[in-house]
Amino acid sequence: MALDKSEVEKIAHLARLHISDSEAEEVTTRITDILTLIDQMQSVDTDSVEPLAHPLDVVQRLRADEITEQNQRDELQKLAPASESGLYLVPKVLE
Amino acid sequence: MINSTVAEISAALAAGDISSIEITQAYLDRIAALNGELNAYITVCAESALQQASSADEARANGNTNPLLGIPLAHKDIFCTRDILTTCGSRMLHNFVSPYNATVVERLNDAGVVLLGKTNMDEFAMGSSNETSFFGDVKNPWNLECVPGGSSGGSAAAVAADMCAMATGTDTGGSIRQPAAFCGITGFKPSYGRVSRWGMIAFASSLDQAGPITKNAEDAALMLNAIAGLDTKDSTSIDRPVEDYTASLNDSIKGLRIGVPREHFAEGLSAEVEKAVRDALAEYEKLGATIVDIDLPNSHLSVSSYYVVAPAEASANLSRFDGVRYGYRCKDPIDLEDMYKRTRSEGFGEEVKRRIMIGTYALSAGFYDAYYRKAQKIRRLIKDDFNKAFKDVDVIIGPTSPHTAFKLGSKSDPVSMYLEDIYTIAVNLAGLPAASIPVGVWDGLPMGMHIIGADFQEARVLNVAHQFQQHTDWHKKKPTAIASSKGGL
Repeated sequence: MALDKSEVEKIAHLARLHISDSEAEEVTTRITDILTLIDQMQSVDTDSVEPLAHPLDVVQRLRADEITEQNQRDELQKLAPASESGLYLVPKVLE
Repeated sequence: MINSTVAEISAALAAGDISSIEITQAYLDRIAALNGELNAYITVCAESALQQASSADEARANGNTNPLLGIPLAHKDIFCTRDILTTCGSRMLHNFVSPYNATVVERLNDAGVVLLGKTNMDEFAMGSSNETSFFGDVKNPWNLECVPGGSSGGSAAAVAADMCAMATGTDTGGSIRQPAAFCGITGFKPSYGRVSRWGMIAFASSLDQAGPITKNAEDAALMLNAIAGLDTKDSTSIDRPVEDYTASLNDSIKGLRIGVPREHFAEGLSAEVEKAVRDALAEYEKLGATIVDIDLPNSHLSVSSYYVVAPAEASANLSRFDGVRYGYRCKDPIDLEDMYKRTRSEGFGEEVKRRIMIGTYALSAGFYDAYYRKAQKIRRLIKDDFNKAFKDVDVIIGPTSPHTAFKLGSKSDPVSMYLEDIYTIAVNLAGLPAASIPVGVWDGLPMGMHIIGADFQEARVLNVAHQFQQHTDWHKKKPTAIASSKGGL
């Protein structure tokens, strides 16, 4: 399946990636090559096959809804590029 | 002593022939002598390593006899290590000092190991050559012009070059086994869920699994004993008793039924690798095993379905890297969207961005059934092939990689790189345990044999690998491109 440049730009936007004009052509070619490889699987009839989501077909284990973690906000926020008074700072969203 | 196995070092430590401080210093000297050339380590923790070694020596004096006590090891830089830089090979995490330890790290710490440092890797474990690392290529210790394999290339090179006694790795599509094959050492991927993924930076959550990279199968069993088992912090970790994986290493393999898949000996396999694996199979026959030709008819679909499942899961996992909570943030963003987009475009390398885009496309509205769901159906067919085969055989053996290590820079298009993992990927899709062990050297480069077991047959795979190593010495061959005399002891 071949993609065109505008489709690649749309995917990049969904993934919150910026593709510059100079990269767009090469990215489109590479992704089209990979989709061609992937399309090999379309040749097989799988109508009656159940999808396998987990290699061991195990279901997710649940735990009791109890507090087990301690609040480490101050320690974890030290890792942030910008934080203040317990809040993460990002560029202004509302005027 | 640095060229010894974990079992040998452990015995020497127990006998008092050497202290953990002495062997740790010897490895640190070796790293100092070789890392400039090989680039196997991103971070070396000399000071804390010597402190851990000193604590280990003290614990031994107080009666602690854990077989891993005082053993110097390296962690792949995908494992979170408290107060130590954890980069995952990416600019995105070039400044990330983890606030906690991965469960694998914690369990090995409990056993008393010494952490020498963090090893280089393909960025976010996406690669088969270690060339996608933000921190530069790793060189293969057997030939400095060749890749060490990937994504656990730094761990494999470090073990092969005696820059640690053992190392951790992770394997999503072959990332432990293929570098082990390229570097002439032993690599082992346990069954999915056998080892906790908590604190191991996620690539593809239904495929990722941690495992040992060691000098032989016995050492792999020793490390697996420490890291395997239920972890309630990882909801996919399996609640199933952990065996002593060293207990059955010496069992006879008389009567063992080895399945040899025709599809793994087809077009594309180099004649030299084929011969080395066939010779190894003949060795197994001498030990009393029988060889059975088998078919894995959907093998040819594994790469295509993997390149939907893995990128789809990666695109979801890597959405957390947004420049808000940790890691890289772009300079002077004009608004929130600009911050997200530039942070991610500048923080991720080409291959990672490519896979995020493939995954985003496969999961986007209208395409889910045609891609992700279709790939999961193919995954079922692949698992069924293995289930059927394991009704008649105990293990499946073939080559790990179609050829020996390739030259740095020689595979520039992604599709040819993806086909590198043609024999290993199906094992991850099916969640099976598998090892790669050395079976020969050709033109100065080692070759690997792939031993696949049924679900949770870790002990069987390690037994089969160990028995081969008891009767051959390919695993004792040392890389020739680096001076064996450089560095310690």
